[in-house]
Amino acid sequence: MILKESTIKEIKTRMVRYPSRRSAILPALTAAYRQVGHLNNAVYKEISRVIEIPYVEIAEAATFYTMFPKHEVGKYLIQVCHNISCSLRGADNMLLYLQEKLGIKMGETTPDNLFTLISVECLGGCSAAPMMQINQDYYEDLTREKIDNILADLRAKADEEGK
Amino acid sequence: MAQELVFFKYIDDPNQHKIDTYIEHGGYQAIQKVLKDFKPPDVIAKVKESGVRGRGGAGFPAGLKWSFVPQNTGKPIYLACNGDESEPGTCKDRVIMENDPHMLIEGIMICCYAINAHHAFIYIRGEFAFPAARVEGAVNEAYAKGYLGKNIFNSGFDLDVVVHTGGGAYICGEETALLSSLEGSRGNSRIRPPFPAVSGLYKCPTVINNVETLSSLPSIFNNGIEWYRSHGTEKSPGTKIFSLSGNVNKPGNYEVDLGTPLSYVINELGGGMQDGHKLKAIIPGGSSTPLLMPDQIDTPLDYESMAAAGSMLGSGAIIVIDERCCMVWALMKLINFYAHESCGRCTPCREGTAWLKQLINRIENGEGQQGDIELILDACDNIIGRTICPLGDAAVMPTRSFIKHFRDEFEYHIEHKTCKVKTDYPFV
Repeated sequence: MILKESTIKEIKTRMVRYPSRRSAILPALTAAYRQVGHLNNAVYKEISRVIEIPYVEIAEAATFYTMFPKHEVGKYLIQVCHNISCSLRGADNMLLYLQEKLGIKMGETTPDNLFTLISVECLGGCSAAPMMQINQDYYEDLTREKIDNILADLRAKADEEGK
Repeated sequence: MAQELVFFKYIDDPNQHKIDTYIEHGGYQAIQKVLKDFKPPDVIAKVKESGVRGRGGAGFPAGLKWSFVPQNTGKPIYLACNGDESEPGTCKDRVIMENDPHMLIEGIMICCYAINAHHAFIYIRGEFAFPAARVEGAVNEAYAKGYLGKNIFNSGFDLDVVVHTGGGAYICGEETALLSSLEGSRGNSRIRPPFPAVSGLYKCPTVINNVETLSSLPSIFNNGIEWYRSHGTEKSPGTKIFSLSGNVNKPGNYEVDLGTPLSYVINELGGGMQDGHKLKAIIPGGSSTPLLMPDQIDTPLDYESMAAAGSMLGSGAIIVIDERCCMVWALMKLINFYAHESCGRCTPCREGTAWLKQLINRIENGEGQQGDIELILDACDNIIGRTICPLGDAAVMPTRSFIKHFRDEFEYHIEHKTCKVKTDYPFV
């Protein structure tokens, strides 16, 4: 089993709030993504059993939604907004800085499996650009100094947790 | 120009998201008044009279939308609150959801009572984990106090509210795609008719309203129609949140009366152009709206004036562009977005946005060919008005506008294989 008891419980709690079980697909994908860090066929199969919806319908929906990575990513998924408002405040150069700082190219993961770097469409942080999302958290009004501190803090946190 | 605030009245109170603080500040009075003194059709009449218009982008009168819901079908009626805020430049609903979620919940209560809905869903974009947690926390608080659930405020009216988060798809902010997504499907938009008011969520009558629209309701019932209409203009009453971004000194979310000049938001509230740079163009209402040029900076921010100026008020996302920007590069950023976000269901949008993306990227990359501009405009003609939902139009409007105003930059790019203005916004 991939999904933890607590994740299954959350899915079931949410499921009963809808007139149709099918509506629980997105909440289930969200709960699974937050626990596992990505989604794949094995996860869809487990969700299918929990909410009693055919596996193919789970996969059909999941593959539409780009927010959920469909393959393994680092412990921290860095998603940088590359849309217009952030670009007008230096997002292109911020992406270069992040690649240099992490020693990886776009779409890659650091060898220690800590960070995956991708760029994404508008995240709704336009008035605090440039910005990025790491896992569930937003980091806004970014500067080189702030990025240095954020990455250092996450590294320290990972060390503490023994990864 | 002093502005009386509605949405941002308690923006500086760090506890405003908590139910007790909201109640201390007069919260949940409006819904009690509505339940006690009004019959549902009277609520609709009052909202029509207030003139409040949909704040998601279309500006459709909210009361009128509610009046389309048939009350005799025997089916349940639903409210879907649209918090999918994903139009580039837009980050206003998030501020309400984070800082004053009970104002939204109270607005939802008023709407549900008016349309006779007992089940409301708040659809929040998936990336907004924090705003969604804030709203869900507020919903839980409201249940714990007995403000949601059975027989709210001893009125005999039952209401359940569910927070639902998305999966990172702009299209789900389009009302029919939102319903598909809420039903557990891919976020494909649907052909209208039937309109959601008749056959929406689970094929039942459904109203879809934006977060900001619903959040304006408590203030209308607390302060009265006259007060509400004292803000804004005759045809665009009330206040609105504008998300100011791009090359200004103080980007941010600002609430002003509708009809306020754009220049006031950019120069007074936004502190003017970033580091004294020169204004080149303004995207006034979110990434899909046509450009305004510097000589139009005094255009009043209301639905009619923006339309007369050749653009749209849209979601109220003002993106300010200075002279350092290559307009081919800027359009590329926008079109890559629309190509990525097209749901793929209808051909003109799926293929058309892909063509636009390919052509604009090749011009930007120095591989543009003679005739590319004409080809882009031809693709635009074959998208606009031919799609199931407005996403295709949303890609065409900025494309036509960028080429209309900055055709020389596109031609220069094709001829010289490089930018007329080399864009390099620093990151320090």
